[in-house]
Amino acid sequence: MAEGIKDKVVILGMGCSKFGERWDASPSDLMVEAFEECLTDAGIERGEIEAAWFGAGIDAFHVGASAMPMAIALRLNYIPVTKVENMCATGTEAFRGAVYAVASGACDIALALGVEKLKDTGYGGLPQRSRGVENDMYWPNLSAPGAFAQLATGYRARHRLNKQDLKRAMAHVSVKSHANGARNPKAHLRREITEQQAIDAPFIAEPIGLYDCCGVSDGSACAIVTTPEIARSLGKEHLVSVKALQLAVSNGTESSHESWDGSYLKTTRIAAQRAYDEAGVRKPAQEISMTEVHDCFSITELVTMEDLQLAEEGKGVTAVLDGNFDAEGKLPCQIDGGLKCFGHPIGASGLRMIYENYLQLQDRAGPRQLADPKLGLNHNLGGFPHQNICSISMIGHL
Amino acid sequence: MSSGITGFGAYIPQARLQRAVIAEANAWFDAGLKSLGRGQRSMCNWDEDAITMGVEAAADCLAGFDGYAPESLYFASTTFPFLDRQNSVVLTEALDLPRQVQAMDVSASQRAATSALLALLQGERGGMVVASEHRRAKAGSRAEMLWGDAAAAVATGGGPVLAEFLGGESLATDFVDHYRGGEFDYDWEERWIRDEGYLKIVPEAVDRLLGNCRVEAGDITHFILPTDQARTPPAVAKRLGIDPGAIVDNHAATVGVAGAAQPLLLLAKTLESAKPGDLILLTGFGQGCDALLFRATDAVSGFKPARGVAGTLAAGREETNYSKFLAFNNLIERDIGKRGETDKQTYLSGYNRRRDLVTSFAGGKCRECGTVQIPREKYCVNPDCNALDSQDSYSFADKQGVVLTWTADRLTFDWSPPAYFGMVQFDGGGKLMMDFTEVCEGGIDSGSRISVHFRIRQFDPQRGFRKYFWKARILD
Repeated sequence: MAEGIKDKVVILGMGCSKFGERWDASPSDLMVEAFEECLTDAGIERGEIEAAWFGAGIDAFHVGASAMPMAIALRLNYIPVTKVENMCATGTEAFRGAVYAVASGACDIALALGVEKLKDTGYGGLPQRSRGVENDMYWPNLSAPGAFAQLATGYRARHRLNKQDLKRAMAHVSVKSHANGARNPKAHLRREITEQQAIDAPFIAEPIGLYDCCGVSDGSACAIVTTPEIARSLGKEHLVSVKALQLAVSNGTESSHESWDGSYLKTTRIAAQRAYDEAGVRKPAQEISMTEVHDCFSITELVTMEDLQLAEEGKGVTAVLDGNFDAEGKLPCQIDGGLKCFGHPIGASGLRMIYENYLQLQDRAGPRQLADPKLGLNHNLGGFPHQNICSISMIGHL
Repeated sequence: MSSGITGFGAYIPQARLQRAVIAEANAWFDAGLKSLGRGQRSMCNWDEDAITMGVEAAADCLAGFDGYAPESLYFASTTFPFLDRQNSVVLTEALDLPRQVQAMDVSASQRAATSALLALLQGERGGMVVASEHRRAKAGSRAEMLWGDAAAAVATGGGPVLAEFLGGESLATDFVDHYRGGEFDYDWEERWIRDEGYLKIVPEAVDRLLGNCRVEAGDITHFILPTDQARTPPAVAKRLGIDPGAIVDNHAATVGVAGAAQPLLLLAKTLESAKPGDLILLTGFGQGCDALLFRATDAVSGFKPARGVAGTLAAGREETNYSKFLAFNNLIERDIGKRGETDKQTYLSGYNRRRDLVTSFAGGKCRECGTVQIPREKYCVNPDCNALDSQDSYSFADKQGVVLTWTADRLTFDWSPPAYFGMVQFDGGGKLMMDFTEVCEGGIDSGSRISVHFRIRQFDPQRGFRKYFWKARILD
């Protein structure tokens, strides 16, 4: 029986670029910005990195194929570099690769970096792109808001909610994240909004309105990981270790089998339970201090809270409106502003979320610092509610 | 056994463009259009064309039978989307007909459908003629107001004869009342067409036919003369000695004249109200004339089409947006936005592998566990089964279902935003995320019931191709 990843690998350093409409920054510029912060934080030289994992989501609008763009941008020393892509879980996938490499003993120090340059398309929103030769023949031409709007209609039908109550809870999710993002200098969107603004905003994909959508940004984030022993030998204290790393990938059941009704995220439920088992968490709502979840849309965050067992099934609306996930709530969610305010440079997001929990655990989060956090959960969801990849990572004090 | 018509079907697009809005938009240029400013014309949705309407009409026709598979399928149109890709074969696959069917396109004349029907009735094999027309006229023309989009189908086998075929005549003469050498028709003066064309050519064919069949013109109960000229059918009837009461209206002001589909549409309409013994004279005009004579049998009175002309005529939806009509018919160049610029190439080898799904809308049913699923993959989707290669083909083309999830997407590219799509749960099993077409605002929710329809999914203007797939439509 495998032991799992818990406490085998620690984070030596992290870096995160400013996220936003970085018109003047190339993907290389973004990578270097995150990498320089990360190297300084880790206190090592570039040459000490033995292997690297590179996450980038949408090649056609981005850096192009292979791991070379990162190796060139960072002038890595001919070390093994692996390119990973797993939709919105890409950043966490890069982290997973580096962590597993260290845990396996294949190398002592590994780098994970994610980057995405989304603002070179000439229009707002994620790039319109092919879904593949066969899928393009019969899939609806769905946008990301269009895909997740269905989670709202499915959730509303399952729990017999009226449109207004659900919309108000969705608005609250966004109001909370904007309030958090306003306090974060690295966030893209730094303006607070009101519940009414969110409710009144035009529909992008009914019932998802403008403020139910996360931003679209350029950005990069990275981590350098190693073993606890090496970290200590480098003089590091207050170590943050990896407690769980899990991934669940849809196998077509949700999209083609009637056992799924469109009201929840099956992969999240599966990955969460595996992560809790791996981390030894028995009572998630009590043991987890903070979450960074994949709030690509407000409804995704609301439903995810139930799927992570942090809200009772069907009671997400109440939990959100009661302020449970606000900065001052029982279980703060997106204390950095989330995808909502950072935007979602696909390859970078997972690492950006880990970065925030890492800062919080090291008491380095400035004006948004939470009191005595012990365990942080990061959640990504790539794809669509009916067909997706869910990654969950948990980090905490060693 | 006598030959004749054994069944029929029809399809008229739901959207009915009000002619007043066409007149209003164009009368500044041609004040004469005001005189046509009453009534309506049918109008294809952006995702409809001669093929999709043909599938609808043919399916309506076949629904009147118990499992009839026509031996021949002749498809008549002058607006086929493909000049060289047998359009009728797309129909046969969308209708899931056996591969042995003799499929053939008939085109290049307004009488294409009557010629095809004549050939079928005079041949040895039974079959079906489908006629469909997505008409194309210049913006602001009289034709734009007088014409409409529609399809009809008639079968000649597989059941009792509703209208016995008594005889037929054809006449070929290169009378060029109009022609289409480019994108649009070019025609000559209406009065000349009537006097030198209809009034000379049609009587010649009909006289010979009635003489051969030993039928008096005065005994004709229903006289079908497809034309957009309002005064011509009475003039021709008078010339022939046919009772003016026998003239079948061309419904120019309710549907519009549907080109090559018009003869079969009017024949279907006539059969819906025909009484046993009625004599039906069907003509088709264009570089000559076809004339076919039928006598309704006793079976006609008991026959009820699945939908028929009356059904599809009644299922209309008023459209008052002339700009939408121009856009749907590519009569103006629209700003479709950068999201519309995405390449829409069809990879033909990939399409060929998925024809059963894409064209026939076939999924699978697992022999091991009975789970119905779409698309059909190698392993059964039932998590408790996952058997390999265990599925028999299972058609969804005739299934209805219920909406599980939906949205109206205003971000993605669509020819008629917002794009409606969502997850559909089919009656009898199977689930698929699919496009919804022709949704009225506020007309969809989880729990809404749907039927499925063969529609255009994407245009690839760069390569002159178009993709088809099945879409859901909310049932009234």
